Order: sequence, then structure tokens, then C-alpha cells
Amino acid sequence: MIKQPDQSTQDPATRPGARPVLPVLSVANLSKSFGGAKALNNVSFDVMSGEVHGLLGKNGSGKSTLVKILAGFHAPDEGGTLHFNGEQVQLPLKAGEGRRLGMAFVHQNLGLVPSLTVLENLRLAELTKDGKAFISWSAEKAAARQALTRFGLEIDPAERVDRLTPVQRALLAIVRAFEEIEAARAITGKPGLVLLDEPTPFLPASGVAQLFELVRSITALGSSVIFISHDIDEVMEITDRITVLRDGEQSGELARADATHEKIVEMIVGRSISRQPSRKPVAASFPVYARFEALSDKMLQPSDLHVGKGEILGLTGLIGSGYEEVPYLAFGARSGASGTITIEDGAPFAQSMLNPAAAIERGFALLPGDRHGESGVDSLSIVDNMFLPDIGRFFKNGFMRNRAMVREARELGAEYEVRPNDPGLKLSALSGGNAQKVLIARWMNRSPLLLLLDEPTQGVDVGTRQQIFAALRKAASEGMSIICASSEAEQLAEICDRVLVFARGRICDEITGERLTKEGISEACYVSAGPAPNMTSTPRVA
Amino acid sequence: MTDTVKSTSPTKPSVNYARQFERVALLLVWALTIVLFSFLIPNNFLNWGNFSIMFASYAPAALLALAIIIPLTAGDYDLSVGATLTLSASTIGVLNVWQQMPIGWVLVIVLLMGLGVGLFHSLFIIYFRVPSLVVTLGSTSLMSGIVQWITNSSTIGGIDNSLIMAAVGYRLFGIPYAFYYALGAALIMWYIFDFMPLGRRLLFVGRGREVARLNGISVNKVRVGALCMSAVLASAAGILYAGVLGSADPYSGLNYLLPAFAAAFLGATTIQPGRFNPWGTIVAVYFLATGITGLSMLGIPLWVTNVFNGGALILAVTISQITRGREASDIG
Ligand SMILES: Nc1ncnc2c1ncn2[C@@H]1O[C@H](COP(=O)(O)OP(=O)(O)OP(=O)(O)O)[C@@H](O)[C@H]1O
Ligand SMILES: [Mg+2]
Repeated sequence: MIKQPDQSTQDPATRPGARPVLPVLSVANLSKSFGGAKALNNVSFDVMSGEVHGLLGKNGSGKSTLVKILAGFHAPDEGGTLHFNGEQVQLPLKAGEGRRLGMAFVHQNLGLVPSLTVLENLRLAELTKDGKAFISWSAEKAAARQALTRFGLEIDPAERVDRLTPVQRALLAIVRAFEEIEAARAITGKPGLVLLDEPTPFLPASGVAQLFELVRSITALGSSVIFISHDIDEVMEITDRITVLRDGEQSGELARADATHEKIVEMIVGRSISRQPSRKPVAASFPVYARFEALSDKMLQPSDLHVGKGEILGLTGLIGSGYEEVPYLAFGARSGASGTITIEDGAPFAQSMLNPAAAIERGFALLPGDRHGESGVDSLSIVDNMFLPDIGRFFKNGFMRNRAMVREARELGAEYEVRPNDPGLKLSALSGGNAQKVLIARWMNRSPLLLLLDEPTQGVDVGTRQQIFAALRKAASEGMSIICASSEAEQLAEICDRVLVFARGRICDEITGERLTKEGISEACYVSAGPAPNMTSTPRVA
Repeated sequence: MTDTVKSTSPTKPSVNYARQFERVALLLVWALTIVLFSFLIPNNFLNWGNFSIMFASYAPAALLALAIIIPLTAGDYDLSVGATLTLSASTIGVLNVWQQMPIGWVLVIVLLMGLGVGLFHSLFIIYFRVPSLVVTLGSTSLMSGIVQWITNSSTIGGIDNSLIMAAVGYRLFGIPYAFYYALGAALIMWYIFDFMPLGRRLLFVGRGREVARLNGISVNKVRVGALCMSAVLASAAGILYAGVLGSADPYSGLNYLLPAFAAAFLGATTIQPGRFNPWGTIVAVYFLATGITGLSMLGIPLWVTNVFNGGALILAVTISQITRGREASDIG
């Protein structure tokens, strides 16, 4: 409703230090409907050369839809126009045309081919180009290696992508996009555009810093970047200008110079939310619920830890420090690990005895970080995804109570603010953040005794995040034990009673009480990692 | 920009008419085909006798197509159903006719053999992690060889009359029982797919194995079950085939494989589009059967039937994809 006047669109010269250039990308009156619902409604904006343009909005506001239109996945409604480097482009775009023009994408689901190698994914465009008679694998390999080292990524080019960690996959997709843009610029001689759809939820602080360095190096050469994120601090740091979408409409546009955290939040949510003040941590003591001894896996060295009944335990560290393995080990989701587990006063048992079915039986729940591969099935309906572990509950008198299931799914969806709340839709019809809400609801609804989370609020917008935090805290106060692995210090500071910091596979710090703040946690992460923490110290995945 | 009111009513389900139409499209095309042939062949096509023969003689093919969609739903291919059918029919011939074993025992043995085939597949596919395409391709060749060996490559006639009577002797509404066995199988599968938790599990295992595993589903058990069910059902199709023909033919069963796959994929465009579903499969089988029966009554040469099978499949799946616009296909 609040339609900010967007003079900055009309007059690029108002931007400090602007070159008198025409926009790289100019979108006008773009709309997109899915069935009856409008995902985008008359959206218009320009992206200048060398600019980092932030695209913000709540879950389901249409950000990814916009990106997918530019990538040629979706055909927009009639009436929109698109100019790229001054040249009018016919809509809908044909698949691959974006790349020819000089656009590169990192989609929310990354768009990597899991069964191919890093090399093949990285050089996908190059390898499948028309008119190529011969592939010199040694040259390709060298090029891939060079690209990876340039970006400080230590991954074996011959490794299959499905064996990489989520973080490595995100970085790989980003590196590929930057590589493509460079290649395109070498051919067309015109600036390109990289579209990053929420690239950061997987990335730890060091990865984000590195990404931003890349972004700056690309923009210095005249190319532009569209950056989508729910992390407002990141947006404030990297972008030059911000366009905000709300329910598919443009709710405003502003230059970074005029932006404050509060102002952006208000534009996104439509009301002001005061930034949650850091909770005063109460030094409560919890009776031990689960005790893990000598827990170890690929990266994790034998470590002892425990979580109390009703306690929210945070795990963090730099990538590859092993903390991200703990939720999976506690759930018996990976084979080949070792350690012993003791639940309350029960007899200790070997971790290798545990498997997901047994863990669920014990009242454990795991929300994996890899939403597409491990958490939800995109091609199936919301209701089926929501009640996957409880299907048996709806089988009464020889029949599945499908209608009861849908009814309950709708209630649960309303509680977790899933939008649109239509349980019959496929999960893929939801925006990224809304899909995450469905999967959180799946487990919270079972009231597990031990909830294991890996990056639980990835892709969830500022408003909803608060609600999820509140739900977690409420559940904990009612006795649920929660282990939350996250690289996001802010989130941990906000919900956790205690945070363990990992480095090189070991627990190196335990943060409680006064130090349990965003700053305290980030600091501990860096201190723990030794003098020069950087990506290259990341252990290779075997 | 101000007059647009966005519908944010959260529970309003959006009705997609193209999708609704897609559900019944193949049924309509089937009806049109029947009408078309009734005009082209005014006297002979549209009579109950003709249809009842068609319903019965395609019953083994229908069972075979139903067999395929079980592992397909669970994400595995079973290319060996044609060979399993042949093996089963031939074994009936050998044991019942040559060895004079009572037919009741023979049927039990044949079904157990189907279970054995399924377990054999499971061993390699699940335990040794060999792709299902490879294993079932190999076992097709393996079983075809065994069939030639046990039958000396000859057709065995003179199968127990009770089997023939049970298949095509007794009739209900003029249609031989064979057809109702296929309908019964579809009914049971419909119940399992749509009204039992097992059906949901099967679907999740097929669409997202890791997701299924992390939600406590025993993925391996489900896959073994699917492979065994498909082999047992293919054996049952072999029994029906022997009953319908009255003899055991060591070769012709393999010809059913591709049409059965065609029917499975074609069936996934109708009734419940985007999913392999038993009723869609039945509709697809009999749609193809109608086309082939009509064409052969017109005296059109044999090769046209193959063209019809293939053409119908590609066309139907293409049209179903077009109605989905740029959305990714669910099947396959
Ligand atoms: N394939 C689809 N079919 C139907 N509706 C869809 C489809 N894809 C997206 N939508 C709807 O369009 C709207 C915009 O979704 P979009 O993915 O663009 O949101 P987003 O801004 O990227 O959100 P997030 O921050 O959660 O990623 C949502 O209401 C979503 O449900
Ligand atoms: Mg999105």
C-alpha cells in the first residue's frame, strides 16, 4: 500500500559517484500469476552497471519468482518488458538465453547436478556448448582447479557433488556463477549480471566475507549483482540500492545511504518490529537428558557433550569444524560413526545401534539442513510432506483418513503461517521460506523429546523467524531438549541457553551467561580457529 | 498499481481447469477412438463379443503393466517382467503338461518362483547396489535362456483345462474372468496406493530416498517389497497368459514388455496425472488395446500397431507436459 516514490530509478545520476550509464537490467511492469494468485504484480526496477542491488521481502513475496522469470523457468504474464544492456529482450526468455546475454544464476536450490562431479558442474556451460568437437579434460581440469583456488575453495574437482557438504555446494554454485559471468563478459564485452537467490544461509561468517569480496571484485569490473537475502545486516553491508517486494508488489526502493535496519524491516514486514534485545540469559541448570560420549565422525573428533531436559544447546564453529555433524549423529542418520549415547537414566548404547527409525521411536526428531535432498520432497504435496513420519496415525479401520489429514495440515499450516495455506499444493509451489516452515511444523507437531536442528531458520524471513524462536523456546520450557547447529551467531544468541564452539573437530569453548551474545559467539569462533582462520583451512571431505 | 487487490485468502484452493481436464482426457480420447472405429467398421467393431474378447485377451498385459508401476513408484525399474511372465507360463507348461503335476501345486510353485525372482533382483539392486536397470536387463536375458532350455524352445499345449476355464471359460456380463482378475489387482493396488500408509511410503521412497530414510521409513524393506511384488504379479500375469492361450509360448511374452511400459507411462497422464496409478494404467492398457483391435480389424498391417503404441505414448506424455507449462515433469 505504501508506495514509495522511486526517483532513484529515474535518475541514476543521483547515486554518488555514478557513471552516466544505462542500466544493465531494466524490468518494467512484470507480473506473474500462478492459478488465481499473483506472485508478482507490476514490478519495475533497474539495476545499474557496477551496482549491487538488494532484493528483499518476506517469504513468498515473489523474489525467487522474479529470478526464475529471468532464468526462463517461468513465463511471465503479458505486458511486462525487459531490457538488458539497453537491448529489448523478448519475454518469456528461452532457457539458456539469460546466459547468452550475460546473466548467471545461483538459485535458491543451487541448481547443481548432484550425480556429476565438481568439474562437470563447474564447467557445465562450457562442456555442453554447441560446436565443440572435442573436450580436453586436462584443460578443463586445470581451468576448474584454477577457478576453485582463485576462490580459495579446496575441493577435489573429481568429487561428486552429492558428496559435498551443503556449504561446499553453495560455494561451488557461487563460483560457477562468477566464472560464467567472467566468460560472458570476455565475449560480449558488456557488463553482466549475477543473480544470487539467498546464497548465504548455508555460509558461515567467513564464507559470507569471502562472497562479498567476490561480489566487490565483480562489480569493480562493471558487472552487477542482484542479491537476495533475509539477513538485513548483510544486505546493509553489501548492497548499493534495495528494492523491497511485499505480496508480489513493490513496496519501495531505497539507496543504502538512506537505509537503516529499522526502515528496511518496516518496508519488508509492513509494520515495525523492534530488534529483539538480547535475552538476558538466566543461568538455569537443567537435568541431563541425553549424554553423548566419544562421539566422532568424518570431521568430528571424539567429543563428549550433553543436553539438558528443556535446554536449548547451540553448536557452532567454522565450517568443517565438525559441529554440523552432531545432529545427524544423534539421530543415527549417518553410518560409520562411533560413540555412545545415554538417555536420562537408561543404559548407554552405541551410536552405531541408532538409525532414523529407532531415533524417531525414541522421540527424537531431525530437521536436516539440506532441504531439497534430505528434508522434503518437492514433487509431493504439502500435507504428505507434513505428516510423513506420522502417516500411520491417520490409518484407521483399514483406510487412510485423507480428509482428516488435510484438515489437520491446514490447521498446522495456519499455526506456522505457511502461505499459501493450501495443503494440497505441491511443496515446490511454496517459496523457500514457506517450505521450511512446513518442515519445521512436521517435527514440532510431534512434540519430540529431543529436537535436532541444522540451520533451522534458513530462508525464513525476519517476522516468521521470531515466531519460530518463540515456538522453540516455548517447547523447551515445556521440557523439550533442543540441539541446534548453526553458523548464525545471532540466532544462537537469541535462543540458546548454552553454546558449544567447535574447532578442528573438537569442542574448544563453552559459552554461557554474559558471553552469550552475537559478538561473544562470533569472537569465540575466530579465537578458537587459531591465528588465521580462513577457508583454506577447511578439511577436505573424504 | 493501486486497483489490484491481491487475493490473500489463505485457504482458497485454486482450481486449475486444465488439470481437471487432464484427469479425464485419456478416457475421452478412448471414447473418441471407440466412436471413430464404430463408424469405420460399422457392423463388427461395436459389439459386446468383440469387446469381451479384447478385455480378456489383454488381461495379462494389464497385470504386467500393474506389476511395473509398483517398483516404478518406488524409484526402481523392473525390465524383467516380460521374461518373468514367460518363465512362469513355460514352467506351467513343463510341470503341468510334461511332468503331469497337478495344476494347483504348479500355480503355488510358479508364484513362489516369482517371489524368488524378486528376491534375486533385490539381492543385487539393494544389497550390492547395482542399478535396477542393469540387474533386470540381465535377468531378462538370463530367464529367457532358462525358458528356452526347459522348453526346448517349443510351445507346450494341453494345459489343464481348469486353468483355461478359470481364465476364459467362465464369464460375467459376457466377459471372461481373466478381465476381472486384472480389475481385482487394480482395486487392491488402488487401495494400497491411496488408502494405506504403505502407498505413501512407496511414493516417498521413489521421490526422495534420503528424505524417506530420515523420516524413519525402512527404505530397503520397501524397495525389496516392491521388487518382489512386481515379480510375483508378473508371474501371476504368466499364469493368466497360459490360461488365456491354453498353452505356454516361450517367446511371445517378451513382446509385452514395451507395451506394458507404454501403458504405465501413459497411465501416469490420467486419473491421477503425475503419478503411476493403477486405474490410469488399466485405462491406458485398454485404450491401446482398442486402438490395436480396431486397426487390425481394418486390415491394417501389423507394423501399424507398433506405431500406434509408440505414437500414443509420446503424444500423451507430451500433451500432459504442455498442460503443465514450464513446470518440471513429475514422472520418470
Ligand atoms: N510453481 C508454483 N506454483 C504455484 N505457486 C507458486 C509456484 N512458485 C511460486 N509460487 C507462489 O508464488 C509466491 C512467490 O514465491 P517466491 O518463491 O517467489 O517467494 P520468495 O520471495 O522467493 O520467498 P522466500 O523468501 O521464502 O524464498 C508464493 O506465494 C508461492 O507460493
Ligand atoms: Mg525464494
